Formats: sequence, C-alpha cells, structure tokens
Amino acid sequence: MSIEFIYPEFEVIRNESRCIACRVCERQCANEVHSYDPERGIMVADESKCVNCHRCVALCPTRALKIVKSDCALRENANWPQSTINEIYKQASSGGVLLSSMGNPNPLPVYWDKILINASQVTNPSIDPLREPMETKVCLGKKKQEIRRDENGKLVCEMTPQLELSVPIMFSAMSYGSISYNAHASLARAATELGILYNTGEGGLHEDFYVYGANTIVQVASGRFGVHKDYLEAAAAVEIKMGQGAKPGIGGHLPGAKIVGDVSRTRMIPEGTDAISPAPHHDIYSIEDLRQLVYSLKEATEYKKPVIVKVAAVHNIAAIASGIARSGADIISIDGFRGGTGAAPTRIRNNVGIPIELALASVDQRLREEGIRDNVSLVVGGSIRSSADVVKAVALGADACYIGTAALIALGCHLCRTCHSGKCNWGIATQRPDLVKRLNPDIGSKRLINLVRAWQHEIKELMGGMGINSIEALRGNRLMLRGVGLNEKELQILGISHAGE
Amino acid sequence: MRLEGQVRIPSGCAIAAVISREGRKMSGELITNAMKPMHDRSNGLGGGFAGYGIYPEYKDFYALHMFFDSRESRKECEAFLKERFEIVKSENIPTRKTPAITDEPIIWRYFVTPLKSVLESMQLDEKEFVARTVMKINTGMKNSFVFSSGKNMGTFKAVGFPEDVSEFYRLEEYEGYCWTAHGRYPTNTPGWWGGAHPFTLLDWSIVHNGEISSYDANRRFIEMFGYKCTLKTDTEVITYIMDYLIRVKGLTLDEAANVVAAPFWSTIDSMEDEEEKKKQIFLRTLFPSLLVTGPFSIVLGFSGGLMALNDRLKLRSMVVGEKDDKVFIASEEAAIRTMEPNAENVWAPAGGEAVIVHVKDGCY
Repeated sequence: MSIEFIYPEFEVIRNESRCIACRVCERQCANEVHSYDPERGIMVADESKCVNCHRCVALCPTRALKIVKSDCALRENANWPQSTINEIYKQASSGGVLLSSMGNPNPLPVYWDKILINASQVTNPSIDPLREPMETKVCLGKKKQEIRRDENGKLVCEMTPQLELSVPIMFSAMSYGSISYNAHASLARAATELGILYNTGEGGLHEDFYVYGANTIVQVASGRFGVHKDYLEAAAAVEIKMGQGAKPGIGGHLPGAKIVGDVSRTRMIPEGTDAISPAPHHDIYSIEDLRQLVYSLKEATEYKKPVIVKVAAVHNIAAIASGIARSGADIISIDGFRGGTGAAPTRIRNNVGIPIELALASVDQRLREEGIRDNVSLVVGGSIRSSADVVKAVALGADACYIGTAALIALGCHLCRTCHSGKCNWGIATQRPDLVKRLNPDIGSKRLINLVRAWQHEIKELMGGMGINSIEALRGNRLMLRGVGLNEKELQILGISHAGE
Repeated sequence: MRLEGQVRIPSGCAIAAVISREGRKMSGELITNAMKPMHDRSNGLGGGFAGYGIYPEYKDFYALHMFFDSRESRKECEAFLKERFEIVKSENIPTRKTPAITDEPIIWRYFVTPLKSVLESMQLDEKEFVARTVMKINTGMKNSFVFSSGKNMGTFKAVGFPEDVSEFYRLEEYEGYCWTAHGRYPTNTPGWWGGAHPFTLLDWSIVHNGEISSYDANRRFIEMFGYKCTLKTDTEVITYIMDYLIRVKGLTLDEAANVVAAPFWSTIDSMEDEEEKKKQIFLRTLFPSLLVTGPFSIVLGFSGGLMALNDRLKLRSMVVGEKDDKVFIASEEAAIRTMEPNAENVWAPAGGEAVIVHVKDGCY
C-alpha cells in the first residue's frame, strides 16, 4: 500500500448465521460492494466502495447486514481530524477540487434548535385544531397597492398575481438531471395533490410534466438551460436563480455523464456535454440589471405570473434583499448555507454563506425598517427539517419555506452524500434507468403527500397551542419565540428575547 | 420592575359603551354605573372612559389630554406644542381627591389647532400632522404623554377601578352622545396611568377586552407606516390598525372589520354572492398581517358613531342591547341592565360580526 491509501470509512458487517446468500445486496448495490464467492459459498464485500446508503441494509430479507463506521483511525488530533488529513491525501494525489453533495454536515450552530415556541396559559385560550378551524393557507406575492373604488364606491378587487399555498411549504429547486425523472414525477404529482408548488431547478421542464404547470415554478438560471416560451408559459411562477445556499458565488455543474436522452433534450444541450452554468448571470452585473430581467420575464408572461428571485444567504443579505424588493420581484427566496446540492466544491459548501435563521431575521427586519416588507413575500430554505422549523421560520418572518433535502429523504434518500457519483441506489440522484425505476412515483408522491400533511397537522397543533388560528397571524410574530443558550448579539439579530425574559 | 411599554403585559378586562342614535346627550354617570356590576372583571390597576360630544364649545379644536411627570416636562412640551399649534386654551383637567386614586401625575388639557404654515411646509394633511405629533411626543419626550387627541371628544383614565376613576375625573359633569368605558385586569403591575384604557389616536378610541395572539405580527407590520407601539398593548395596536385601514387606506368600517376579524377561508369558499366572495378574497390577500387572532371584544369609538367587534371565534363575551334611540354594548348583560333595565333586543353578536352604530347626520 502507498501513502494514498485511505482505510475504508465504513465496514460492512454481515451476520453469517443469518445470510442466506440470496445476492439481493449484490444486485442492489450500484457501487458494487457485495459479491458472491462461489468457492466458499458466501457473500463477500469490498467496503472501500461503500457509501453507507443503506440500500443493502434495508433490502436484506434476513436483516443480516449492518454498516458501521470504521474504527481504524489515525492518532487523535483536534486540529487535524482524520477527514481533513484524508482530504489532503486525496488532493495531493489528484490535484483536484474536492466535490461533495447535500448540505454542509459540519457541526456549526443550528439556530432552529436554540429557539423555543410559546403556548397559551390562562390569560388567553389555546385553540383545539380538532374542534376549531385552523388555517394554514398563505398567498405569496406583492401586497402593497393603493385601494381603488369604482364610481359606485365599490372596491376594485384587482391584485398583482399571487401564488396560493394550502400550507406554507414548497419543494425547492432540484433539476431534472441532478435528480431522476421519477423523482420529478413524484414531486410534481405531490405538489398538485397538496395544493402547493414544486420547482424545476435549472434543468428545464420535461414535456410530460407540463400538465402539472399550475403547481410548478420554473427556474431561469445563469445557464438558461431549457428556457423557452412554452416553458415560461407553462408555470405558475418564474424563479430567477441568482445563487444557491450550498454554493454561493458559483453556478451549477451537471457532469456530461448525466446529460443523456431526455435530460439533454429538456436542457436543450447536446448529449454528453457538461452543463456548466456561469457563476454570475452574464446579463446581471448589478441590481439595475436584475430589474431588467425581472421585467423581461414579466413582459414575456404578460404580468400574470409572480417572479421570484432566489439568492444565497451571504453576509450582506439584508441590503441585497432590500435591493431585490425594489426591483419588481414579487417574492424573494433565500437559501441558507446548509442547503442541499447534487454537487458542490467541498470548500465552498462548507465555508461560504450564513445560517438561514440569521439571514431571514435580518432581512425581514430590514425590509420592515424600510417600509417595504409588503412589496414582497419571503421564502426560506436550507435547511428546514421539520414542522417546528417551519413554525419558527414563519414566526421569524417567512411567508413560506422551501424543503429539498426533507423531500428527498421522504423519497428514500439516506443522506449518503454521494449524489455527484450518479449512482444513487435509491433511484433519486441518478439517470441510470435500472436505478431510476427503483423509485416508484406512485409511492414516492404518496410519501411526499404524507410528509407534508403530517407537518401540516403538527403546524396546526403548534399554532393552536399559541392561540393562533391562522398562520398569517404567526408571520413575523417574534414574541412567540424565545432563545436558549444564545448570546446577546445572536438574540438581537434574531429579534427575540431569551427564555425566561 | 420594568414598566408598561418596556414589557408586554397581557390583561383581561370589562368593557361597556352607550350611544344615542339621535345624538342626545348623556352624563358620564350612566356609563360609570354600568361598570359597577362588572367590578370583579377589573383589579384596580386601570380604568378609563371616552366621551364623544363633550366639548361642544371647542369642537373645532383638537383636545390634547396629557400626563406630565413634572412642571418642567410640561413647560418643555408646551414649548414644543407652540412651535406646531395655536393653543386656544390650556388648563388643568378638573379632578376631585378620592382615597382610591393616588399618585396622580400632572393632568392637563390643551385645545389646539395646527399652524397653517407648518402644515404647508410639511405637506401633510391636518390629521396626519396631529397623529405624527402625538407619536413624536409619546416616543420622544420621556415625561410627557398624550392620552387623548381628538376633536370634541376626550379620554379620562387612571390607575384604579373604573368607578373610582370616574369620580376622580368628575365625569358626571360631562355630557356626551356616546361613551365607552374600560376596567382593566392586567397580569402584572405597571402602576402607570398611560397604560390604562381607552387608547386613543385622533378621534379613534378603543376599549378592548382580550389578549390577542397575533400581537407581534400586527405590531411589526403596522410600525412600517410610522406608528410606534410604545405601550405594547393590544388596544394600542388595534387602534393603529383601524386608523391605518380606515383613514390612511380608505376602507369602510365594515371592510376594516373584515380585515381584522376576517371570515375563514372555508367560509369565503362557500360564499354564493360572487362579489362578496371576491371582496373577501381581496381583503384577506392584501392585508394578511392585520388579521387579529386570539380573544378580543372591542368597541371602537369615533366622531358620530361606534363599532363593536368580536374575534372570529368569539373567545370573549360581548352583548348588545337597544332601547329607543340608544344602543348599549357591554361584556356582560348586567351592565346593560344597569344602564337601561328595560333594554330590548339583547343579543350576542357572532364572532367577526361587526355592530356599527351611526348617529344621525347633523345630530352630533
């Protein structure tokens, strides 16, 4: 062995007394970890290929398998953890940029977990969602407008376009190409059934999914992949992607190996070419340019569809959002530094951007101070992990949340974080037909519906406890939140008091 | 301990109101008596009244009722007022000593009219100018507080039980065509007179019973438009919401009620009248942050009328009764019966159902 050798991260533990050598694990593993040794009549494993996706574990009929973290470790060093050393070995060997998938896994603060929610006691009643109406519907879009009346004094009830959501949750942008046809089908069908929206990402919209247009947000990103007239017209809203939480400052990258067949046609680029989006939009070098693209898209869609501008949460996010709110955008979407991705340079993913909780709090406050909060709706993502996170986000000031990773987990993702390999054993982040068909859209959409409905029930319970029967009365209602274990500065930015205050 | 305004203090309460559709005057004694059977709904930490039509001789002037901590703060504030208003009368508000009311601040009233030159230079209409001046004093001058700022109306409030507050302010000597009253049951001890109700801005006054759960959502929204919630009370924020919707945005009382106590989406969806449905969707979509949830019953007084409104689940008691030209509203029927033993058509309005009473044109 050489200095490049890295001991496998995981060990495949097979209970020989249970294993019946049925070879299911072998057939299920696209990474080719398992194989059958005919001479000895037993299954063997090459754990160096294992990504710990748990496909074999979940499908082993005799529960003979488990994957554990290897305990073969270098001498402990708080400054030089093993992962850091291994990354240096890899780079010294390859000379390349390290790639990672899904959101930042490092132990940075998760503010959601340091925020607690209020409940009514004595002075006002909690409301029982099983017995009283409890409203979770929200409308996204610009609210600020003059009240006009006709000659008889009747209200003129015309409004700028709004997106109606039965619950303030949407599926965030994940492109066809980065995820599979069946994953997209599951998201589109679930969004339609739930009365919410999903988002195409920057990979275009497959012709089969035009029927779900009323529940679709189409994205216009810096590569302009898949953007054409019908695409814009098919959607309920158009999202301009300026940035992504997992990789602020750079564009998307889909390797040529994933650009096959329908993916190529939908993106409108040749098969096998890398789809590399530019880091900036080359027609947007400043805020006044953004305004032009916003209005170009509004012209193209006859002012019938809200335009969303999606940005990554970065240091100056409050001022950036303030600029966007004056640019004609109807909705601002902010993606936090824990947002997921199909592939991002590791250093960028782990070190660039700021937590969504702080970004949301400062943007909402800034827009209010400038008196323009009702110019736009605010949607936040990256990462929203539970109904409690949704409630906290709304109370901090969000109109709605985007969920990406949570939706993929509902579809079967086990967060092995190797999407960039294209060999997703769960049929999600892959274009290999044999793997894609493992995700059944009938089941996938049902699981997404279950997840969102379950969260909706929980949101209602939490709201009822606070004596709030419409989620509109929770938006920006920061008195309903308290911090625990946060310092003065963090509390000040979040605009909440400490527990006990 | 932190004072009201530095901390939010929820409270339960008693409210009552009476109005004559014919504009007939009633002395403050009537409404005072209404509060007596509801004594236990207050705890002595705040009581107050608003009377409309009480200053007929100064009806064209804004009546500023003020609390001052000291003679110096009064002098300082008066200098500020003189830069902005012509002051036609300046006097102590008459009070009578009663053992139940102590620690009173300096209580003063001014009848004023804005200086035309200042109005023109600021390019503001008169009401907006007065509203902003009140905000400025209440947020900027630590020891001065405007607690009433309408024309031909006035608020009287103190720390104490309502009936004692009435005696203190000699309300039996005032005559108005409309009165509202409030007894407070705060869950903390602010001991501050400004924190008592009614809360007023211009000729809006609100008495309110409840603790709204939407408070911070409403506050953070309304503060975008120049209002400053210095007291952190529900009543204050509801007053500003009403002022914004009706005076600034130009909604009618009914429409404002539909925003504040909006019908449920399910109710709107099942509406058969298409126009009504469109209107309700319009109002809910445009003003989602002004929906008020949690328990409340309020009486909103204004020149020439009042509106009573419950939260949409009717989580607080409120009854209405009538007799001849008079309409009575109170937290409890007993209060109505005290004012008018033979009150008729006594009913409890449904949650979100606004009861709007106007005095005949020309009678106020």
